[in-house]
Amino acid sequence: MMPKYNFAYLDEQTKRMIRRALLKAVAVPGYQVPFASREMPMPYGWGTGGVQVTAAIIGPDDVLKVIDQGSDDTVNAVSIRAFFGKVADVATTTSTLAASIIQTRHRIPEEPLKSGQIIVYQVPIPEPLRFLEPRETETRIMHALEDYGLMQVKLYEDISRHGHIATTYAYPVLVNGRYVMDPSPTPKFDNPKMHMSPALQLFGAGREQRIYAVPPYTKVVSLDFDDHPFEVQKFDKPCAICGAQGVYLDEIVMNNAGGRMFVCSDTDFCATRSAHGHVGSGEVSSAGKSQ
Amino acid sequence: MYVAVKGGEKAIAAAHESMAEARRGDPELAEISGAQLREQLALGIARIMAEGSLYDPDLAALALKQARGDMIEAIFLLRAYRTTLASFGATEPMDTAKMSIQRRISACFKDMPGGQVLGPTFDYTHRLLGETQALTGVLDQTAPAPQEAFPRIADVLGAEALIEPNPEDAGEPADLTRTPMSFPAPRDLRLQALARGDEGFLLSLAYSTQRGFGRTHPFVGEIRFGAVELEFTPPELGFAICLGEIELTECEMVNQFMGSNEAPPQFTRGYGLVFGQSERKAMSMALVDRALRTREFGEDVVAPAQDEEFVLSHADNVQATGFVEHLKLPHYVDFQAELGLLRTLRQEWQTKKDSAKKEHQP
Repeated sequence: MMPKYNFAYLDEQTKRMIRRALLKAVAVPGYQVPFASREMPMPYGWGTGGVQVTAAIIGPDDVLKVIDQGSDDTVNAVSIRAFFGKVADVATTTSTLAASIIQTRHRIPEEPLKSGQIIVYQVPIPEPLRFLEPRETETRIMHALEDYGLMQVKLYEDISRHGHIATTYAYPVLVNGRYVMDPSPTPKFDNPKMHMSPALQLFGAGREQRIYAVPPYTKVVSLDFDDHPFEVQKFDKPCAICGAQGVYLDEIVMNNAGGRMFVCSDTDFCATRSAHGHVGSGEVSSAGKSQ
Repeated sequence: MYVAVKGGEKAIAAAHESMAEARRGDPELAEISGAQLREQLALGIARIMAEGSLYDPDLAALALKQARGDMIEAIFLLRAYRTTLASFGATEPMDTAKMSIQRRISACFKDMPGGQVLGPTFDYTHRLLGETQALTGVLDQTAPAPQEAFPRIADVLGAEALIEPNPEDAGEPADLTRTPMSFPAPRDLRLQALARGDEGFLLSLAYSTQRGFGRTHPFVGEIRFGAVELEFTPPELGFAICLGEIELTECEMVNQFMGSNEAPPQFTRGYGLVFGQSERKAMSMALVDRALRTREFGEDVVAPAQDEEFVLSHADNVQATGFVEHLKLPHYVDFQAELGLLRTLRQEWQTKKDSAKKEHQP
């Protein structure tokens, strides 16, 4: 006997509960709204928050793209895409341009998002202050009082110790001038894409039972200091496959001699460029020479 | 009455009978065999072997059956048998780079020599009850070529000195089953204790480090599962002979380290190794191993997972279950003494209160 499941897996009451949390999250940008997260048929930490958000907003006419590490073909992306293909019978795509909903883990596509699109982030630890203060009772108060001194001190200590801020991903941002928010563990390279984005950005943390949001055209500023302005990662060389510059690259270990190839992390972006005739050098460099 | 003043022996014999009956269940149904358990509940068998510290799938299956599926009871049975075996020495260090790989993944690099080998795993399935087939048939799985080398990711990073070197072979490893534990414990002893430690306890400790109670900034450098040959050098021969193969899961965590006065910034390691296929246990072990190295890196011990004495003293589930459940044993004598004390205290309290009342009366 096989149990029957509702459209997009969750029952309608649960979807309504999540939508209410989403509306509140949109109304208070960057604020973490508690929600009664459900058990999902994939493990906590594998995108249950993102999956619940997607399940609550997806309709039969949506076109869904799922990426993990920027790629459509990584195992978890394949799994989640197949899940929605099965339980919601929606059209899926790998094209950033064609998607109405993009669920992502750890990246924002290189292709700029457009008005009307929704990007759903999978979030492991929604609390940006968590690694400075492990107790939720404390961090809630800190947010309420807009008491972000501890975070500024942490960044300052980085600078005094290393000469620069030593946070490379999950780099904290200030949303709409009020809440400090965790952008999810995307490389800080992607932070500027969140600022004034025409797309609606939704964040789901299933295990931690939090939803938060950045509405379209909202200010998202990476924390920094006047004399140590925020900077993103830069790569010396373009993508070895499609020749793209100013994009985030993955380091692929090619052989036992330690040869490396640097290629686009965003596979759709890379494939689209390649289809348009862009060709990279195909170069295999020695270890660690491109970043 | 679980122990009558007289006739306790009879009551115990009756309990054993009742237990045997309960263990068998409905006699109309076929009895399950050890071989079925070994083949079809292999992950349960692996856990019993790992925490029982004895690699023998058949004995572990027997223990599981005898224990009616109670994992800790089965582990206990295996431990109790293991303790009767003579130790005839330590094997040569295993070379897990030569593992015949069934599964090998890295979360650090998208691709590397040998590739990502997904192998047998629940990871990419949907947990839909009743469906035993994975929904996803299009994974980019590359079947392992028989002769292909699978260099360790840590060695790839090591070539650039981006990760701390592994310690030198320190000879005969520590063995907490032969020498009592003392603190501070060397890393080999800690690793042994973690390898035998309760999966649930280590999992929760590992989880606590991820949630900020002693954060270690981990990445899964690599997880590999497969069979490795075990070699032993009998002193009378003077050269190594192969004892056979065992299946192992190995996890190398790669952890951020910002450097100290003594050491340059580099990745540090957390290591996990368990019998059979248990990625949850190997990963938890690797996270806790790194957390327990806190002092070594000049970091402050601020969280339970970093506290060696706390972790090592409470990780063993056979010890833990024994002591927790011993509270079921008769404590009549001590309880009688407490009862006497309590009555005295209450009497004194009442007397004091009564006399205070009298004083306040006008």
